[in-house]
Amino acid sequence: MSNAIGKPISRVDGRRKVTGAARYTAEIELPNLAHCAVVGAAVPSGRILAIDEKRVHDAEGVLAVLTHDNLTKIASQPPLLPSLAGGPAPGETFFPMQDDTVHYAGQPVAMVVADSHERAQYAASLLDITYERADSITTIEEGRATAYEAETLFGGLMPARNERGDVETALAQAPVRVDVDHHYAANHHNTLEPSATTAVWDGERLTLYDSTMGVRATQLTVAQLLGIPIAHIRVITEFVGGGFGGKAMTWPHVTLAAMAARHVRRPVRLSLTRPQTYTSHGHREEQEQRLSIGATKDGLLTAVRHEKLSVTSPFDDWAEPATGVTSQLYRCENYLGLHRMIRGNVMTPTFMRAPGESLGVSTLEVAMDRLAYATGVDPVELRLRNRASVDEHGNPWSSDGLEECLRTGARLFGWDRRDPEPRSRREGDWLIGSGMAVAAYPMAFMMPPQQARVRVYADGSAVMQCGTQEFGTGATTAMAQVAADGLGMDMNDVTFEAGDSDLPNASASVGSMGASMVSAAVHNAAIELRRQLVAMAVADTGSPLHGADASAVVVEDGRMSLGDGSAGAGETYAEMMRRNRLSMKDALGDWTPPPMDAPHGMMTFGAQFAEVAVDPDIGLVRVRRMVGVFAPGRVLNPKLARSQLMGGMLWGMSQALLEGNQMDPRSGRWGASNLGEYLVPVNADAPDVTVEFVDVTDEVAGPLGVKGVGEIGQVAMAGALMNAVFHATGRRLEALPMAAELVMDPPGTSA
Amino acid sequence: MIGPARAPVSMRVNGEIHEIELEPRVSLLDALRDHLSLTGSKKGCDQGTCGACTVWVDDRRVLACLTLAVACEGHEISTIEGLATGGDLHPVQSAFIERDAFQCGYCTSGQIMSAVALLKEGNAATDEEIAEHMSGNLCRCAAYPHIRAAIRDVRDADTTTSGRA
Repeated sequence: MSNAIGKPISRVDGRRKVTGAARYTAEIELPNLAHCAVVGAAVPSGRILAIDEKRVHDAEGVLAVLTHDNLTKIASQPPLLPSLAGGPAPGETFFPMQDDTVHYAGQPVAMVVADSHERAQYAASLLDITYERADSITTIEEGRATAYEAETLFGGLMPARNERGDVETALAQAPVRVDVDHHYAANHHNTLEPSATTAVWDGERLTLYDSTMGVRATQLTVAQLLGIPIAHIRVITEFVGGGFGGKAMTWPHVTLAAMAARHVRRPVRLSLTRPQTYTSHGHREEQEQRLSIGATKDGLLTAVRHEKLSVTSPFDDWAEPATGVTSQLYRCENYLGLHRMIRGNVMTPTFMRAPGESLGVSTLEVAMDRLAYATGVDPVELRLRNRASVDEHGNPWSSDGLEECLRTGARLFGWDRRDPEPRSRREGDWLIGSGMAVAAYPMAFMMPPQQARVRVYADGSAVMQCGTQEFGTGATTAMAQVAADGLGMDMNDVTFEAGDSDLPNASASVGSMGASMVSAAVHNAAIELRRQLVAMAVADTGSPLHGADASAVVVEDGRMSLGDGSAGAGETYAEMMRRNRLSMKDALGDWTPPPMDAPHGMMTFGAQFAEVAVDPDIGLVRVRRMVGVFAPGRVLNPKLARSQLMGGMLWGMSQALLEGNQMDPRSGRWGASNLGEYLVPVNADAPDVTVEFVDVTDEVAGPLGVKGVGEIGQVAMAGALMNAVFHATGRRLEALPMAAELVMDPPGTSA
Repeated sequence: MIGPARAPVSMRVNGEIHEIELEPRVSLLDALRDHLSLTGSKKGCDQGTCGACTVWVDDRRVLACLTLAVACEGHEISTIEGLATGGDLHPVQSAFIERDAFQCGYCTSGQIMSAVALLKEGNAATDEEIAEHMSGNLCRCAAYPHIRAAIRDVRDADTTTSGRA
C-alpha cells in the first residue's frame, strides 16, 4: 500500500519557494493597510512616568498612538500551557500596556500606527518616554541568592523534582565519581522571518495572518484575551519562515496587532524588527547545569544527580525541562533531578529547538565522557553497558534502536581508529579531536485528538485538509504522501491544505510531534473515506465490484479492484461517483493519542559523532565532520527528514561554538540584538554532515509509527563537540558557547 | 508635518519600467515589497546582516535593505521573480529543489540570487570557495551543505560557468 510514503520526494512547495512566489505573513496584500511600529521599554524594571506624544502627532501619516492610557484592557489572561496541549497558549501570563509598570526591557509600552512602514517607524522614534527605573535582576549571578525550587514546570504539567532511591548516599559510596558544572548562555531563535501579524476586522469578525507554528493556539489565545467568540476569529498562515519554538506560543504582539486594527478601523500589519525579536517571543534561558555521577569501577552507574538553575520572568515558573532524558536513559537506581529558578526582569523564556534536552543531554553526555576516561572504558562501550531497555517506570520502550545507532555511528565515523589519549593528534597548527554523545528526546502525548478532513471529487482529484502549519519541516509534502497512500491514489492527484484555523483541529507543531500526530489524523481520514467509497461500490448494482467482499478490494491510482490488474473487474472512484451523480464525497478522520500513563517508555534515540580541529594558539574550533544516526520510527520522506536532522545537528554545532547572548546587568538589556552580534553559522562554518537512519517499528506512536525528527538531530551535539574539543586539547570546557578565550591554551603553557 | 515629501521615481525591475512615488528614505527592499508587490526579496533583518534581500543592481549583488530606492534610478534591478524564463526555472532554482537546499524558504531568494551571481563571477571552483562566497547569506534552517551541493551541480553541468580558480 505504500507507494508515496518513504520516498524521497521533493517539496511540493519548492517551486513557489525558489521563484519568490511563496507569500509569508508580512507579504499579504490588503487594501488600505496600515503599519504598526511597537516601542519597547528602555529600562528593565520600574514604571513609566510620562509619555510625550506631541511630536509623533506632527509626523506625516500617523493614524494613532496607543499606550497604556488608551489601549483596550484585555478580557482575561489565559494560563501558560504549552501549545501542544491544544488550548490557549500565551507565551507569558503578562499582557503589556495595561498599566505603567515595566517588568523587562523591550516590553511593549507604545504602538504607533501610520499609513506606511517608513512613517510608522519614523513617528515611533519621535515618542518621548520618561521612566522611573527600579532595581533589576537579569542574570544568574545577580539573583543567585533568591533562587527557589519550582513546584512544577510547563504550567503544572511536569514536576520540577523527580527522585528515586537515595542519591546522596549512593554518590558518597560510589567507587568512581565525576562532577560537571556548566554555564550555558541564553539563546535566541532568530528565525529568518521575524514574527509578524496582520489583523483585519470585518465588523465583529477578526482575521489574523500570523507567522505561527500553531494557528489554533493563536485563535484560542486571542479569543480569550479579547473576550470574543472563538468562532469570530480565523487565523491563516500559509508559509512560515522558520519556527524553532519562537513561534510555538502566542506572544503579546499578535493580540496587540488586533487591538491596533480595531482602534484605527483599518487592516494593520505589525512586523517585528530584527532587534525586537530578541525581546518579543521568549528565548532559551541563561542556565547552569550541575551533574554528578557515581559509578562502579566498570563504569556502571549507581547514582545520578542533575540540577538546573535558570532565570525566569517575574510572572511564570518557566524552565525548559532538562532532565527528562537523564532520568531514564541509563540504568541507575538512585536518581535526583530538579529545577531551580530565579525571578528576573526578563520576559518568560520559551521553547527553543530541542527544548531542555539539547543541553540536558549534553551535560549528561559530557559527564559520561569524563566517566569513560575515569574508568578506562571506551565511550561507546560505556553507553552500551549502561543503556536502559525500560523507562524510569519500568515500561519497555515503544521502540528503541539506540544500540544500533551507536554501532552504526561508530562504524560510519571510524570510531575504532581513534586513539583515546587527549591531545594525541596534531596536523600542522591544528589539534584534532573527536567525541560522541547519545541523543534522546521524549515523545509527549499531551495533545487532544487530532483531526483531518479529506474530499475526493468526481474528476479523480482529492484534497486533504488539516489545520497544521508549514514552517519548513516539509509537512505539506509528507502529508500529501500519507493522504495519497491512505486513499490509494497517485500523489499528483492529491493536494494537502493547511495553515488555516477553519480547517480541522491540529495542535501546534512542536516537540517533534507534528509529523506523528498529523500523519495519524490524515491517515485515519484517508482510510475512512476509502472505506466509505469501497462500501459504496460493492453495494452499487451498477458497479463491476457489486457484491464483492469489501475487505478484498484494493485501490491503486484511484481505481478499486480485486487486485487482479487493470484488466480485472474494477472502476475508479471518479467513475463510480459520476455514475451516482456525486460531485464529491468527504470524510473526517481523527486520532486520539495514547494516554500519558500508557505502559510504554516513549523516547526517540540517536547517536552523534563529531571531529574537530582546534588551533590552541588562537582558540579557534572548526568542525570537520559530523555523523548522526537516528531511529525516528517510520520516515515519511527521507529526503526531507535528512534535511531536518542535518539542520538540527548544525544547530547543535551552533549552540556549542557560536550562540549566546550576554545580559548587561547595568542596563538590564541583552548585549546582542542583531545578527551581526548574535552569531549563527554561515555557510563556511558548516561542514558536510552524514545522517543515517536506523529502522525501528513503533506500534504505539500512531497508526504509522512516526516518532519525529525536529529535535533529535540537535540533542547532545553540543556535548559531543565539548567532548571532541577535550580530546583535541586535553582541557575540559565548562561553558557554552566556546569562546576563543576558553578554548585557547592558557598563557604560559606550551603546546 | 514632519517627514519627507514623496517624489516620482522611475525604477527598472526585471526589464520592466515602473513609475512610482516614493519618499527618499524608502529602501530598495521596501520599494520592491510594499510598492511593486515583488515580495520574493525577503526582509530578514533590515540591517544588512542576513542576505535574504539580495538582488542585483546592474548584475552586481547588493543588499536591497541597505540601498535606497531613489539611488537605483537609471540602473537595472534584477530580483528572484525575474530569474525563471517563462515557465522554465533557472538551473540553480531547479538544483535547489532537487538538492533540498532550503526548508522554510525565507532565505532562498537571496541564496539563489547570490548563487547565480557567484557562478557568473567564477567563484565556485571548490567547495571552500563556494562556502566563502555564499557566507553573506544566512540560512537558519542550516541547509548549507545542500546549498553547496546545488551550486556544485550547476557548475559541473555547465562548463561555461565553472570557477576560474
